[in-house]
Amino acid sequence: MNCVAKDTLLATDLCGIKMKTPILTGSGTFGFGEEFADFVNLSSIGGVVVKGTTLKPRRGNDGVRITETPAGMLNCIGLENPGVEVFLKETLPRIRQYDMNVIVNISGSSVEDYGLLAEKLDATDIAAIEVNISCPNVKEGGIVFGTDPKAAAAVTRAVKSHTGKPVIVKLSPNVTDIVCMAKAVEDAGADAISLINTLLGMQIDIRTWAPVLGNITGGLSGPCVKPVAVRMVWQVAQAVHVPIIGMGGIMSAEDAVEFFLAGASAVAIGTANFTDPSCITKISDELAAYLAAHRLENIHDLIGKIKIPQKEA
Amino acid sequence: MTLPEKMTETATVMAQQEVAPGVYRMELSSPAVAKVAQPGQFVQVRIFNGNHILRRPLGIAECDSARGCFTMFYRIVGSGTRDLSLLVHGEILNVLGPLGHGFATAFHHPLLIGGGMGLSPLLSYAQAKRGACDILMGGKNAEELFWQSFYAPYVQKTFLTTDDGSLGSRGFTTTIFPQVLKQDTYDGVLVCGPEIMMRGIAKMAAQAGIPCQVSLEKRMACGLGACLSCSIDMTDGRRKKVCKDGPVFWAEEVFA
Repeated sequence: MNCVAKDTLLATDLCGIKMKTPILTGSGTFGFGEEFADFVNLSSIGGVVVKGTTLKPRRGNDGVRITETPAGMLNCIGLENPGVEVFLKETLPRIRQYDMNVIVNISGSSVEDYGLLAEKLDATDIAAIEVNISCPNVKEGGIVFGTDPKAAAAVTRAVKSHTGKPVIVKLSPNVTDIVCMAKAVEDAGADAISLINTLLGMQIDIRTWAPVLGNITGGLSGPCVKPVAVRMVWQVAQAVHVPIIGMGGIMSAEDAVEFFLAGASAVAIGTANFTDPSCITKISDELAAYLAAHRLENIHDLIGKIKIPQKEA
Repeated sequence: MTLPEKMTETATVMAQQEVAPGVYRMELSSPAVAKVAQPGQFVQVRIFNGNHILRRPLGIAECDSARGCFTMFYRIVGSGTRDLSLLVHGEILNVLGPLGHGFATAFHHPLLIGGGMGLSPLLSYAQAKRGACDILMGGKNAEELFWQSFYAPYVQKTFLTTDDGSLGSRGFTTTIFPQVLKQDTYDGVLVCGPEIMMRGIAKMAAQAGIPCQVSLEKRMACGLGACLSCSIDMTDGRRKKVCKDGPVFWAEEVFA
């Protein structure tokens, strides 16, 4: 397939963000993009969702921060980041050279924090803000907002009232009713929804009888969470009108196709970046090939096209 | 020091042997990485049996750029290293590397000090500086000091110490380090091993006024400085990543 065909097949627009492909990187798995510059042409991907940013610098959690699981991994990094001021003064000017869509993931410990972060980022040329109300590893990571629809709506409104940029709200799967959470943030003005953050998990060392992770529990990601993520994207897609960015264990174009069929308008690659640092390029190429093989003209022809068998009356 | 560009490469297992109980030496054909790797750098290997989402970080031990091969030593500590140990000649891995900052190469006659598996990355330095280094190696017992034969072609003097006294002097590397310093003049000390040992050696090297570098080990996912699994505190309060800023640091940067 020639490049022009590939570009036409994958080009999309996500709440005003022009993207060369509908494939982003998941926050926390791709640094600020520059770490992967040896492996990925950063200007050719949909965009980079950078590491979670907070008002003040955070050193993250102590002890072991990652461990492998069957078909996945657990992490408890704890939102280590240099803080928004360093991001604005040092990181953002540095990564501008890569000509990529930069989406900044933000976390706060109060509704006011989220508003302040949005205000500081509004004055920049970033493409969008992703609101993290779902980090399972720190109290200040917003999980308190991510499990209560009223609090999630309050955070969304605070961010929306401080920025004109597209606001994406990243939801936690650690809730009983994901549709209720999605509707709450949509009603509060979210322009898009990211689904899913990690699932809370834990691992115990049977030699020492101690938890493997320094923070005892951590966020589960990788192929093992994919069915949960696909199910949640499908449920939410039927209930909201805003676009969904699907993520959770995508390792291949085939995995990504499932998310698009379920109703995602874009997807993000997370854990797979650790397995193969250039995988996002391969997944984009293979997705274009899939669309071409199915005689589709653009990724839009795939979104939400799941065929649910009709029940007999 | 400019670092070589990082890459991924399909690597073929050329040889694998158990050199001590539970400890393996694997030789990989990985020409592009072998060509540019610097002493003290490491690779992240991907095992293709479907069981591992994460790569495993392993130090480059010996490098033969002419043949396009390098070796790695590892101890079986979990499912990843166990699966690695099952690979035989001709099977493939994917190698991501060379990663991190290696050892400073400006020393003329350095003393290498390694404990246990810490002797692996130091071997790459001994080899690169052929004939320039002395080695002080420590292990639990004589069995753990199988390293002697691998170091022999590359070093001048070898000093041995074991916890149980079954080979060399009884005690730790820190026990005989002061005596070794009296016998020769070194312009640098390079250490890799348990943290308590590295701290002890670093302190004594500082007292003796000899520059000291240490090679650290941490769990890591990406190996590229992105996932922040391997963050450490620097003595000046900054945060750095073992994978990208290390694994080799000046001792005073990391040990107060």
